[in-house]
Amino acid sequence: MTRYILRRSLEMLATLIVASFLVFVVCEFSPGNVARKTLGAFALQEQVDLLYKKLHLNDPLLVRYVRWVGVLTGLQADPLQDPALGLDFKDPRGKQYFGNFGYSTLFKAPVNDVLWDRLGKTALLAGLAFAVIVPLSLILGVLAGMRAGSVLDRSLSTLSIVMTSIPEFALGVLLVAVFVVALGWLPGTSPMVGNTGWSTASQLVLPVAVLAIYDSGYVARMVRTSMAEVMQKPYVRTAVLKGLPRRQVILRHALRNAMIAPFTVLLLQINWLISGVVVTELVFAYPGFGRMLLEASLFGDVSLIEAATLVALFVATATQLLSDVGYRLLDPQARR
Amino acid sequence: MSLLEIRDLRVEYTTSRGTVAAVQDFSLDIAPGESFGLVGESGCGKSTLILAIMGYMGRNGAVTKGEILFEGRNLVRAGREELRRIRGARMAIVYQEPATALNPSMTIGQQLIEVPMAHGEATAADARLRAVRVLADVHLPDPDSVMRRYPHQLSGGQKQRVVIAMALLANPALLLLDEPTTGLDVTVEAAVLDLLNELRAKYGTALFYISHNLGVIAQVCERIGVMYAGKLVEEASAEALFALPRHPYTRGLLASLPRPGADKRTAPLVPIPGVVPAAGRAPPTCGFLSRCAHGERGKCDASVVPLLRAAPAHVVRCVRWAELPAMPPAAPPALANAPTDVGATVMEAHDLTRVFSVGRRKLIANDHLTLAAQRGRVLAIVGESGSGKSTFAKVLAGLDAASSGSLVVLGEDVARRPVRRRAAKLVAAVQMVFQQPEGTLNPSHPVGWPLARSLRKFGIARDRRTVDAKVAALLEMVRLPASLRHALPRQLSGGQKQRIAIARAFAGNPELLIADEPVSALDVSVRAAVINLLLRIQQESRTTLVFISHDLGLVRYLADDVVVMYLGQVMEAGPVAALFDPPYHPYTEALLSAAPVPDPTVKTTRIRLEGEIPSPLNVPQGCRFATRCPRKLGRVCDDTPPPLREATADHIIHCHIPIEDLRAVPPVFARAVATAH
Repeated sequence: MTRYILRRSLEMLATLIVASFLVFVVCEFSPGNVARKTLGAFALQEQVDLLYKKLHLNDPLLVRYVRWVGVLTGLQADPLQDPALGLDFKDPRGKQYFGNFGYSTLFKAPVNDVLWDRLGKTALLAGLAFAVIVPLSLILGVLAGMRAGSVLDRSLSTLSIVMTSIPEFALGVLLVAVFVVALGWLPGTSPMVGNTGWSTASQLVLPVAVLAIYDSGYVARMVRTSMAEVMQKPYVRTAVLKGLPRRQVILRHALRNAMIAPFTVLLLQINWLISGVVVTELVFAYPGFGRMLLEASLFGDVSLIEAATLVALFVATATQLLSDVGYRLLDPQARR
Repeated sequence: MSLLEIRDLRVEYTTSRGTVAAVQDFSLDIAPGESFGLVGESGCGKSTLILAIMGYMGRNGAVTKGEILFEGRNLVRAGREELRRIRGARMAIVYQEPATALNPSMTIGQQLIEVPMAHGEATAADARLRAVRVLADVHLPDPDSVMRRYPHQLSGGQKQRVVIAMALLANPALLLLDEPTTGLDVTVEAAVLDLLNELRAKYGTALFYISHNLGVIAQVCERIGVMYAGKLVEEASAEALFALPRHPYTRGLLASLPRPGADKRTAPLVPIPGVVPAAGRAPPTCGFLSRCAHGERGKCDASVVPLLRAAPAHVVRCVRWAELPAMPPAAPPALANAPTDVGATVMEAHDLTRVFSVGRRKLIANDHLTLAAQRGRVLAIVGESGSGKSTFAKVLAGLDAASSGSLVVLGEDVARRPVRRRAAKLVAAVQMVFQQPEGTLNPSHPVGWPLARSLRKFGIARDRRTVDAKVAALLEMVRLPASLRHALPRQLSGGQKQRIAIARAFAGNPELLIADEPVSALDVSVRAAVINLLLRIQQESRTTLVFISHDLGLVRYLADDVVVMYLGQVMEAGPVAALFDPPYHPYTEALLSAAPVPDPTVKTTRIRLEGEIPSPLNVPQGCRFATRCPRKLGRVCDDTPPPLREATADHIIHCHIPIEDLRAVPPVFARAVATAH
């Protein structure tokens, strides 16, 4: 098992390196040159040309990629922080350190200052949502799949479909209408700052509720299908005809096998919760990672896009690794 | 007092097409310690019956009439908790497929221990001790290590032993067995049947055994019932049933099986016409009437037929039972009596080897095979799963390529020529019929389509009218109505589908036909008809048939020559008559002794093989069979490949034991039949 994890981690590293190159290529080759994007739309052409030269943007792609990796790993100083450029880009960490993602032109701050704060906020939202999604979807799915075709199954399945088919923004607006406008129990926006008169906890309730409701319906459908399938398996019949109590049949024999298929789906939700919940973040003005990525893309903030995409890629590959390892733990046949 | 008493039982299923009675008018008594066998084909209701006894019928099934009394309690009215206490404790079940009956994500130990614990009999430590003891009782080597393993780490035979151990853990009074050996190799099957007999003697458990295989039932059961279309049609002691079967269906079943020692020229199989009716589709009067040779309109379909007493302990559900013994079944014309002369060699393999790479290891599927087939003869290849017989068939058919050696078919070496590199003429000349007729027909094309396609591909017919005429001729050849060409595969029965597969294979006038277990997936009562058909066409067209099978009774019946394979090598080869009498290769001897004989009067010597067939990843150095051979001489068998010994010019045996010694071995089948009459 240790060897497997080690091998998969190395594969993950290789994937990240290849992906980082692709990310670099896409960002640097998107319309408009990097110098222009860095200086903004109102800079003079001379300034752009000067920066273009300073940054050696005429060099071959691979050379520039190696240079970018050099800055990222701290082997090289960030050329943008050179005072001679007059850009006034300052990083308290210095010019040259490991993990230097460069300078965000949108937020006028080092990428590291922006990125980790936003990621932390999103991680909080995602963590809370995930902590609701897992038990809720499992309970709904298992109860429904336990007796496929029963009244309970049909009611819970209908509920799941309804939950997952209301779009996030509609659900957000609906919840706001009820809990903010009508009842006044909760704040309508969640900027996560202290001076709104609402506690941070109260600001988290609605975004978490939207994510949990929307996603649990979907995951519950997956769990239900898998559970219903497992309940038809001969080994469940064996367990029943051994004279085991129904509770034990479900918990000991069916559940673990029913978890194998939805486990991967469940972990993929982490991925989505980190980088795919832009709509919910926008509805509640939540200062999250997805929204930051959207804003950076619209603005053309190359360094921030590159950094954020790399982080998203890392989350994606890490959850993949986690799900593969978990899969092996759940299914003895996958272990060899 | 009876242990199990079933009175007038009716089990119904609710389907989208209405209510279907899977079991009707069923009564039965099983005494404590007795072994009762119920024979029936797929869809006859036997599995429904035992699940009804267990109170497990799913959401759409229910007992609508009658009662099931077990140890004096009526299970039909038992509550959930009462049933739970009986299941697994007083009454346990062994399933058809041990691979799926065990939970893949729990260890054997966890699955065993929970049985006594669920019935409040033991603490975890006691339960573990008990589980280990029962694993030893079912002869699993090293029970402690088995306890820690997962099901996928055990072989099929070992899994079935675990399932039997699981059933016996709480020492039940009644053991229900649902085809427990179907899907296992003959040698493993024989060992499992021995085990059941041994455990019954030891624990005094009553057995209720259901199977489609009369031979298996004959070995285990004292009393036998025959079920057809949801009803019990005959019940008697094993001896009485085999000596004087009363119901036309029972007689038909027995006549459609090859008898020991019979072959295609002396005693042709008598097929039962028609097909098994779908569950609940048989008429309420006599369900067998449409297939019965002795049916009489007005008499047989006048009213519901009750079980009639033909002898003190022999009941039969047939109004004409008394008139029947005088009416022998109509025998089909025997095949041409002259033994097929030895013609030109059509296929000859020399040192044919197929090695697969599994990681860094080598899996040896075929190892220097040398064998030949002559024109117009039937060559049977027998052996357990893992013997490499199917790999050979694939190489021959061009679905796989050999690693080395030669395989000359009609003058061409095809060992490394897969089907896409074969000329159309050669493809037409070498055709194959597969085990599962379902999988070989495209479900969205009418069955005439593959026939027409083969005719066009092989250049037999080009324009539409010729193709139509030829398709009609092919259907006529396999005795199917011409109208069936427009039917979809799902509208056909298994036997009909296999006939289509045979027609397709013969579309290109093949020189050589490979049939890989062509009837093992079919119902017993339709097997004989398909076999007879295949043999008739084969003989008329003088096609060479390579018949792959594990059923030695069938091989004895239809083969001209036999090759016995083990772990990729030929153990013995020769004409069929020579092979079934000494001298045998010890492996052949073991196979013959393991084959279930559908006749309790035939006594076979009991030679049981130890352990399982070794992994082809790790084959023994000397004789492949040395690790399991009951007649092993010593070190020489382990170290040195055995020499080729010639019993006669065309009968060869690969064994260290001298031919004279092998000749002195007593025959497996004691001919008790001959002395009894």
